[in-house]
Amino acid sequence: MFLNLPFIVVVLLALIGIATILLKRNLIKIFLGLTILTSSVNLFLVTLGYREGGIAPIYTLSPAGVMVLPTPHALTLTNIVIGVATTALMLSFAVIIYRRYGTVNVDEIRELRE
Amino acid sequence: MISEFIIQNAPALLIAVPLLGAFLSPLIGRISRDVRALWVLAIITLTTLLGLLVAYLVYTGGTLIYVFGAAAPTLSIPMDSGGIPIRIILTLDALSALMVIMTVTVGFSVILYSLSSDSRRSGLEAYYTLFLLLIASVLGMFTTGDLFNFFVFLEISSLAAAGLVAYKVEKGKAVEAGLKFLMVSAIGGVFFLLATGILYGQYNALNIAMLASMIQWTPLDKLALVLIIVALAAKCGSVPMHYWTPDAYSMAPAAVTAMLVVVSQASLYGLFRFCFTLYGLTLTYAVIGWTLITLGVLSMVVGVTMAIPQKDIKRLMAYHSISQTGYMLLGVGVGLAVLGDQALLSSYGFTAIEGGIFHIFNNALYKGLLFLTAGAVILRIGTSDMNRMGGLGHNMKWTMILFIIGALAIAGIPPFNGFASKFLIYESVFAFNPILSIIAMVVSILTLASFVKVFHSVFMGPRLPEYADVKEAPASLLIGMAILSGLVIITGLFPEFFVQHLIAPAAHALADQSGYLAAVLGGA
Repeated sequence: MFLNLPFIVVVLLALIGIATILLKRNLIKIFLGLTILTSSVNLFLVTLGYREGGIAPIYTLSPAGVMVLPTPHALTLTNIVIGVATTALMLSFAVIIYRRYGTVNVDEIRELRE
Repeated sequence: MISEFIIQNAPALLIAVPLLGAFLSPLIGRISRDVRALWVLAIITLTTLLGLLVAYLVYTGGTLIYVFGAAAPTLSIPMDSGGIPIRIILTLDALSALMVIMTVTVGFSVILYSLSSDSRRSGLEAYYTLFLLLIASVLGMFTTGDLFNFFVFLEISSLAAAGLVAYKVEKGKAVEAGLKFLMVSAIGGVFFLLATGILYGQYNALNIAMLASMIQWTPLDKLALVLIIVALAAKCGSVPMHYWTPDAYSMAPAAVTAMLVVVSQASLYGLFRFCFTLYGLTLTYAVIGWTLITLGVLSMVVGVTMAIPQKDIKRLMAYHSISQTGYMLLGVGVGLAVLGDQALLSSYGFTAIEGGIFHIFNNALYKGLLFLTAGAVILRIGTSDMNRMGGLGHNMKWTMILFIIGALAIAGIPPFNGFASKFLIYESVFAFNPILSIIAMVVSILTLASFVKVFHSVFMGPRLPEYADVKEAPASLLIGMAILSGLVIITGLFPEFFVQHLIAPAAHALADQSGYLAAVLGGA
């Protein structure tokens, strides 16, 4: 039960993120939802990489014991970087949209609708 | 010596050259505009040559493996790792090679086109960086043999493409389109990563071949496949998730739109690759095959019916792209639905897969061509509203001829290439289920009807006074379009040659999971 707790948190976070994306009408809040969703996946990856009693894979002066494989951490770091880039680009789009349309409400951003 | 080095490292260089070229282009652009144009042209030429070299190597020598940081580039499993491929790997089989050929030809033509059509814009340093980055990421998606790297290249392509879609701003409308595209791509990317995590958690591997050798079809695997299909179907613009396509395609500069078609096909390639190579026979192929068929039929019908009432020329073409994606999903879906049955597979399954893959290749050529002709028209008259066009055939003869070639190809009229691939699809799908084949033909007729309308309202009619002194498109645009139209005609005139030498090996590579595994993991 205790070991499964992170996975439960992952699912909860993912649901909060998806619900925010679907239900909120403010662009900035939608981006926050996406960030929460990304974080839930990051947490999932970190949890996958956790091994009880494992030691960090740093060879210099390492204590005896079993090292964890650092692949999930590498994946998480990469995804954090990608997430930052995506959020930055989205926020810059939101700035331009706010300047041109005067709103960040998705119901009013409908210039392209046929 | 140097040629040996290039041949040995060609798969890595194929991605490295456009990537480096992308990030050096703003620096080099500081010297002057012409130097930057030359630089971009040099990089794309080099990439094209490398792409053709890689494809040649694959088609003559079989599946190509490139492992980064290994003692030898083909050593996929290090001696001391206990049989686990731990390094980053590129795996190119015949299907990847075919897609690489498609990407470099379209990439080369659109860069040629763009050097002239976009030369007056501001912010070009970022534009070409993003453009080369987009090409590099698409090549990466086609060549990678690793689930996580596919995700990274997918995200790079989303970011670069979103930036390019929003590039013109257009009073915020282009930014709105870019934002929609980025939102769909970002959510799709997160789902894809979640699927990667689920598979990694179960099998401790990211290498596609390694995963494929262990995959079980547990409930978690099913969940992962659903996430992958949703993410990639959204990114390739298949129907329930298609709403970003018309916006993004119509607001992007024409050269970018032509490239976006290839980006969508990259997601489609990923979808097919994971269904066939990663899951293969473990998945309940009839159900998943029918899922793809349903998505395909929906895309075909909804795409074409939405296209008919459009007034904006690029928006209309964008809806046709959705409809054409449907053909590919239909063809390959039929192949997947009979994957386990060897008799049916050899009687029509392979033909269906060949048709689907050939259509991917052909679509990139003629759809790219159509978007470029639309771009040339818009460049000269400054509007994309078809109600305000007319009589342009008098002044833009070459553009009109190129448009006719593209329009006949998309409608599946012989002797152009759309006919060749659609015929393969009709024939094989008819053997599978006649109703699907009839739907495909009706959609094709509607496509023709819609393009006759476009042709008539843009090029036919008397010379309009406001367009009396419109000039023909510049030479660089015409050359870019002529390359694509030449390929459209050649593939249409000699379909047997292409099917036999390029498409059939690709279709067999896609269906042959054990061959892929053996190439990566050794003679297992």
